Amino acid sequence: MSQTLTETPERAGNIATVAAPVVPATEERKGLTKKEIAADHPTWCPGCGDFSVLALYFKLIEKRKMWHEKITTVAGIGCSSRFPYFVQAHGVHFIHGRALPFASGISLSRPDLHVFVFGGDGDAFSIGGNHFNHTARKNVKMTYCVMDNWVYGLTKKQTSPTSPLGFKSKTDQWGAVDYPINPMKQAISAGATFVARTTHTNPNHVLAMMEAAMDHDGFSFIECLSECVEFYEGAFDASNPRKGGVFNEVPKSHDVTDEFAAYKLASEPFPGNFGIFYKVNKPTKNAKEAEINASYQSKVTGLKDWQILQKNFDKLR
Amino acid sequence: MSDSIAAMSSPGGAAKVSSINEVVIRIAGNSQDGIQAIGGFLARLAGRSEQEVMTFMTIPATISGGASIFQVRMGSGEVLSSGDEADVLMAFYQHSYDSHLSSLKKGGIVLFDSDHVVPNEEFKKDYHHLGIPISGLTVEAIGGTAKDKGKNILALGLIAKMFDLNIPKLEKLIGERFTGKDPSILNNALAAFHAGYANPLGNVMETFKFVAAQSKGGHQVVMNGNEALGYGLIAAGVRFGAGYPITPWSDIMELLRRELPKYGGTFVQTEDEIAAISMAIGGSYAGRVAVTGSSGPGISLKTEALGWAVMAEMPLVIVDVQRGGPSTGMPTNIEQSDLNIAINGGHGDSPRVVIAPANVEDCFYMAIEAVNIAKKYSVPVIILTDQGIATRIEAFTEPNLEKVCQDISPDFTPVAEHKPYDLSKPDGITTHLPPGTKINSGKYPIVTGLEHDELGHPTGSPKLHMQMTAKRRKKLQALGASLPVPKIYGPPEGNILLVGWGSTEGPIREAVDRARAAGDSVSSIHIKHVNPLPNGLENIFSGFNHVLVVEMNDEGLYGFGQLGQILRARYCDAKIQGINKTDGLTWKVKEILERAKTNVSAGLRKL
Repeated sequence: MSQTLTETPERAGNIATVAAPVVPATEERKGLTKKEIAADHPTWCPGCGDFSVLALYFKLIEKRKMWHEKITTVAGIGCSSRFPYFVQAHGVHFIHGRALPFASGISLSRPDLHVFVFGGDGDAFSIGGNHFNHTARKNVKMTYCVMDNWVYGLTKKQTSPTSPLGFKSKTDQWGAVDYPINPMKQAISAGATFVARTTHTNPNHVLAMMEAAMDHDGFSFIECLSECVEFYEGAFDASNPRKGGVFNEVPKSHDVTDEFAAYKLASEPFPGNFGIFYKVNKPTKNAKEAEINASYQSKVTGLKDWQILQKNFDKLR
Repeated sequence: MSDSIAAMSSPGGAAKVSSINEVVIRIAGNSQDGIQAIGGFLARLAGRSEQEVMTFMTIPATISGGASIFQVRMGSGEVLSSGDEADVLMAFYQHSYDSHLSSLKKGGIVLFDSDHVVPNEEFKKDYHHLGIPISGLTVEAIGGTAKDKGKNILALGLIAKMFDLNIPKLEKLIGERFTGKDPSILNNALAAFHAGYANPLGNVMETFKFVAAQSKGGHQVVMNGNEALGYGLIAAGVRFGAGYPITPWSDIMELLRRELPKYGGTFVQTEDEIAAISMAIGGSYAGRVAVTGSSGPGISLKTEALGWAVMAEMPLVIVDVQRGGPSTGMPTNIEQSDLNIAINGGHGDSPRVVIAPANVEDCFYMAIEAVNIAKKYSVPVIILTDQGIATRIEAFTEPNLEKVCQDISPDFTPVAEHKPYDLSKPDGITTHLPPGTKINSGKYPIVTGLEHDELGHPTGSPKLHMQMTAKRRKKLQALGASLPVPKIYGPPEGNILLVGWGSTEGPIREAVDRARAAGDSVSSIHIKHVNPLPNGLENIFSGFNHVLVVEMNDEGLYGFGQLGQILRARYCDAKIQGINKTDGLTWKVKEILERAKTNVSAGLRKL
């Protein structure tokens, strides 16, 4: 599993030398209880799918015995992006669509932390679409969970980039006319190294995906269907056995390293499949930058920072 | 003074050596000819010879080629600006000759490539003409297939001959420049240089020799403003940043990308300007003041995230290398028209700090100051430079790096409890704990763009919004109260006070010197902390009849430039007037003086 959540990794030759806290690595601690990890009472509407995602994040923290101070939760703007307020840990509520670059700033300067980013479909695929593609292709180490409800909820029912054709919203009274984004295809083609799909109505599955995502060394993306009971009730019934739908797990025969097979899986009509579509190991940006640093630092071994700078100034005389 | 050259170079005069204090050389050609390299060599030589130097360049906004100039003013005394008029014009092409002869002092020397330039007979009486087949000589000297590549170095040899420059030092500089490349490149460069130096210069004119400069004690370093700023950030302890390429900011991000790995740091090239500032704020949140930067249009894009940093009270350094605007504007020209966006850009009441270096040396030290203000006051700090200062080369006393370099590593010591937005703190200064810090109370803060309570949790309370808005303002008022009042250049009382900010300090001071030499009562101040302003400016203003704010921006709807408006708003003083221009070029000293004269003789207009 990712060690970063519970202890401080080796510092040598790592950008951790920039800013890693010195914490005794052997310190024994109990897992946090739900009471210790819950902060403000969520402001979501009763019945919102986001409640279960939050509950499962708590469960993840509890199960994996993460340390309070090591949990960093980042979000943009939207209903689901209120997430960090409800978690009793270091958290950031940033601006609309830009949570990923913010989280990259943390991830790339603090290898001792594993950052979780939560957000909605508008944040991820509309205003933040460019950042989604680039964070994925750079393979910045973090976990991004998009709570996809196919509608803008915070602003009260406008068409979202994942709203299906024909969905009647306040901005498309006659039904949505723009073709929706397929988040899984988007993630795979952008170069995400871990791509999974789950739904809030299957708690065990959500937790399993979160765990797998957290343990992935790279940019891990989860699309979690999360129903908006206020503005898009019943959107995901076809994926919920309790509502007469079917919950199909990714077939056991699926090769998660096969990009084309993953893409094909993502092309299936709703409700499609749930589970890990794609997972490959590629060096992260974090690792590549650390490698560049190690190589450059080996040339200035033993020098203090001012002495390194002095070498530049000597050439400017 | 540079007048001496014009006086002493008479056509047909006997070859002799005359002493001079300083010279202004304008090199005009195309951007791919390496004319910046000649200027760079001269500037570096001046630095190593304890002379003062200042350069000025224009570059075309085209992708490749286009007319370009590089002007060097070097001398044994104080050099404040790059010079109004050139003593020597080196013209590589007909268009260089035609466009720039007017920038040459009457009686000055025009050294032209006779392979490309046909001089105008009409001008021969006003300027000393010296035609040398620079292109032909270069082909002859280097041979092979290089065509006239290397003619810039040959031209450097000609200048070295004319001004009796230190040949071993120049050879060393050429060697350093071409070191590590194919040895034949260095050999060709030296061959071209010596071919130029060996040229008899037509045997018709005298050569010049600089009088010895006063020893400055200690080494000088020579660099441009972008380099000084980049190195200043490193000295300040910045180890993380993010940016997107845009002229003229790109040099700084290239430098940081290249240098930071040595210090274990990282600079990230992001997908866009918004990602750049967002990532830098993320870096700051992670525990260490981070940097982003841009020019004009990029700053516009960053303002939403900047507002977040103000609201969340997150330290951050933002470099704005201004250029001509609005929109894509004049990407390679000089303008000081981003002051408004720097101070007020974005929605809502969002006070932030804006500082403006006045010269290349300031770029280094004020980068450090910016980091320290950002850290101490938990606030974004914008460093406003401009295209002029970014690309201009100056020599300054080498900083004592052992003393100056600082470590700003975050502190992760566990705390009992923590309220980042503590309202009971004097001066309203926020402190953040980086993630990774244990808080024993188990109550962790959220940083947010929503109005919040003391722990960072959202609130709709009108009272808290008033208190927090005041808190964000008060800390800057506290900073303002701690700032030094600018020193007055010239006597503290008189007729005219020139007020400047940013890259215009040199020409303004030279204008003061020239005016006083002519018996006029003129002084100046230069404001480096533009937001908040230092207190006490009104006491300085009270000593003068006219306060003229010299800025490279438009006079605006109401007749005052961007700083002018602020000073009028703050001091309600009708004697504050503006001297503004928008031609995209640095101030000439005589422009400032003429405009000041016109302004004063027009009386206190627009009362």
